[in-house]
Order: sequence, then C-alpha cells, then structure tokens
Amino acid sequence: MTKFNAWNVIKNGLNGQSYWTRQWRDPEPKSSYDVVIIGGGLHGLATAYYLAKNHNIKNVAVLEKGWIGGGNAGRNTTIVRSNYMMPGNHEFYEHSLKLWENLSHELNYNVMFSQRAHVSLFHSPGAKDSVSRIYNIMRLHGTDAELWDLKTLKKKIPHLNYHNSRFPILGAAVQKRAGNARHDAVAWGYARAADTLGVDILQNCEVTGFTRKNGNIESIQTSRGIIKGKKIGFAVAGNTSVLWQMAELGNLPIESHKLQAFVSEAVKPLLDQVVVYGVGGAHFYISQSDKGSMVFGGDLDWYKSYAQRGNLPMVQDVAEAAMAIFPSLGRIRLLRHWAGVMDMTMDGSFFICKTPISNLYLNAGWNYGGFKASPASGWYFADLIANESPHNYVQNHNLERFEKGINIDERGAGPDPKLHG
Amino acid sequence: MIRINCPYCGERDHSEFSYGGDATINYPSLDASEKEWTEAIFFRKNIKGFQFETWHHSNGCRMWLVVERSTVTHEIKSVKPSHPDLQKIVENNK
Repeated sequence: MTKFNAWNVIKNGLNGQSYWTRQWRDPEPKSSYDVVIIGGGLHGLATAYYLAKNHNIKNVAVLEKGWIGGGNAGRNTTIVRSNYMMPGNHEFYEHSLKLWENLSHELNYNVMFSQRAHVSLFHSPGAKDSVSRIYNIMRLHGTDAELWDLKTLKKKIPHLNYHNSRFPILGAAVQKRAGNARHDAVAWGYARAADTLGVDILQNCEVTGFTRKNGNIESIQTSRGIIKGKKIGFAVAGNTSVLWQMAELGNLPIESHKLQAFVSEAVKPLLDQVVVYGVGGAHFYISQSDKGSMVFGGDLDWYKSYAQRGNLPMVQDVAEAAMAIFPSLGRIRLLRHWAGVMDMTMDGSFFICKTPISNLYLNAGWNYGGFKASPASGWYFADLIANESPHNYVQNHNLERFEKGINIDERGAGPDPKLHG
Repeated sequence: MIRINCPYCGERDHSEFSYGGDATINYPSLDASEKEWTEAIFFRKNIKGFQFETWHHSNGCRMWLVVERSTVTHEIKSVKPSHPDLQKIVENNK
C-alpha cells in the first residue's frame, strides 16, 4: 500500500499515476481467525483497525455481505458532534470527537473532517432552558459548548427565516468543535489502514448460519465458505436482530426503522455550519458538502421497516421543515434521497457488550448516532473483545440495563424505539 | 405511500394513521417477575418479513387496528380491528 504524502504525490504526478497500489487487498478467506467481525461498515472496520493497532490482534477478518461503504456507511448525513449529557454517553462521544480530530493523520487518509460548528436552534424559552442544561453539563465535563443569542446568530447565519411566527428562532446552542466529514473516506480510510496492519477484509461474504459447539460459536457459514473465529463480533446495526436470531439468541431491545437523507444539486457556498432545527421545533438538520450540495434529513418514516428506501410523506415533511427555516432553498432541486435501516433501541442508546454466548460480542443499537460514534465505537468494542471486560464508559451499555432500571434515555422518550430520533 | 384498508372507513393513505408497534406482545400478570416484564416491555422479535402490528387511525375513525404487513416490501395481507369483539362484529356485518 503506497502511503499518501507529498513525495508520492509528486513521484506519481511525474509517472502518470502508475505507482499507486490498491487501497486494500481482496484476499481469499482463511479457514480461521483470532477475531471475526461481522459487518464491514464504519464500526466493523474501526473495530478491526483498533484491534490491530491498540491490542496487537492482527489475525482478524471483517465480513461484509455487500461492499465496503455500501450500507449505512454511505447512507448518513455525516454529522459529527458530542452534545450528549447522560453519564457514559458524553464521555464516549467526546472521546469519539477527539479521535475524529486526529483521524486523517491516524489513518493517513483525508477524511475531510471539518469542524464547522453544530448549531442547534431553539424556539421557545422552555427549549432554551432545556438545551442550556444539556450544554452546561457538557461544559462541566470539559466539552466545548456555548449559547448564541439572536444577535450573534443573525450575524453568523443571516439567511435563516427569522420571521417564523410558529417557531420563532430565539438563539442557538452551539458546539464549535463539531462538524462533518466525508463518509466514504472514513470507510475507505479505516479499511485501508486495517488492511495495512494485516486485517482481511472479505467483501461479498454474507453470513448464512452459525455452528455451535459447547455453547460457543465454533464456525460461521458464509457465502464464501466456512470461517472459524475464536472470538466473534457483531457490528451490523440495522440487521442486528436478524443475525441475533440466526444465532438463536431470541429477542433484542431493538426495532429496525428507516431514516431518509437527501442531497440537492450543488450550489455556491451557502451555509458554513451544520444547522439543526430541532429544539422545540420540527426535526431537520442541514449542512453543505464540500462539493456544494445541501445534505439534509429529518425524522424516521415512523413505522418499522427493513426496506432501504424512503416514503413520500416524509419527503414532504422534510421539505416543509426546510422551507420553514431556510426559505432560500425553495427553488433548489433534489438530486437524490435514500434511506438507511437503523437499529432503534428502547432507550435511544447503543450496545457495546458481551452476550449470552461467551465468544460472541455485540456492537449494535446506534439509532441516529452511528456515524459520529464510529471511531470510539471501534475503539471500545476492540477493547471489550481484547480485554474481555467493558471500559468504564460503556459499562452500562449492555442488554441488562433495562432489567436493572438504568436505561440511558438521553431524550426521556420511554420504551418506544421510533421516538428516540 | 402505504395504503391501509381500514375496516371502518375504507382504504386510506398511511399518513392518516399512526404506527403503534408489535401487536403480538402478551403482557404478563401484575405479579409476574421483573424478568417477564422486562421482556414484554423492552424486548422485540423485530421480524424481517410479515408481522402483526398495531396502527391507530388517528386522522380518521381513531380506532386501533391490527395490520399484517411485510417489513421488507411493505405489502399488507390483512387489516382487522384490534379488539377481538369488534373483529367479530365487523366479520358479521360483511
């Protein structure tokens, strides 16, 4: 694998770009591995990378039923932030944000992480109080957080609709270190870096069954043959329940819902921040990609589904929210919209935990928050797999928390997965 | 758009309805163990394929329905009133 640096750029520039090697190998599956990660999304790839990097476990395979970057890794709105308040969550997402800040150097791959600020508008005094509490908790834990009054906000983003009488903009809660990144680059960067450390990335390798022995999973049946793993990790958010039931483990506190995202034609620079119309208003988030497209999204489609395609009432809903907050978008044309399948959990928080099978580990339940979480998710999942015990930050992110009554319900919405958006 | 054939009102767009959830949950008795209650409240089959689920005709007759729908294709096989007694009445009036 050729390293990306100035020297190689110049050398290849003078040689017709002929010395670049492929980004990662396309190996044949070996018969057994120390760790097999099922799911070649951002979380699976990050896990494999940190297993090799932090824990020196390099005999690792990542099984992907499609291709790298073809699932939810390519179906998100690329927002990175750490504005969480619940114990466990804020430390975890803050660690993730710190990993993002150095990710391009770490992976030798430009993930185009842009800390352009995440601006959550609030629309009522109650919403201001509520978000102030969350952002104060963040500050107490050393995360950057601030409130912008209307004057500051108008100066920073003059073209919002400040005359919306139903949801008047009163100000915004802002995290300046937040922003977005290029989703494909993150997937490719992790895949390339993991591959360089010796990880086998097996694409078009769908898991079809498990063979159990003495209570453990001995081997995995796949579309590319039988693969043995001493330890096995699930990182297939969206389809976790399917795999869980394939392993005959019963039910999970998860429902699969689909979330749509939208991208417009490219326009000249219009928006420098990630703007969220969310606190005490509708649910809408928007940013502008480096290419110039407006990238935005809204709520779930409100009914359980494994279909990776969206429904029209939500297209209308999102378009209405866009017009309410950003009337200048009225004439912009939509290029594409798509849906990804989310693991929506019963309290809106994720799982990085052990399972009833002693050599099986679970990484699931990412709700709306999977993209920004991927570096820390890989970090702590690798830590769990290597050290057999969860790090303090994720010690309650397990399946037992519901019975114990220690739900991590950031939104306070109760046990209804579709409400944890 | 999914079209749901409400037994009281006829076929309507799904945007008239609100999705409830899994219609097959059996809540345990009040003195059942915490484990049973945890299972009923928090744990789901999350079926990929046809499942029975509740919908509320919130912008229509405001009745609760049980819909058999595929979570992959969104095809609907059957729609019934959720209350068994009302199911009988609807059947008899056909």
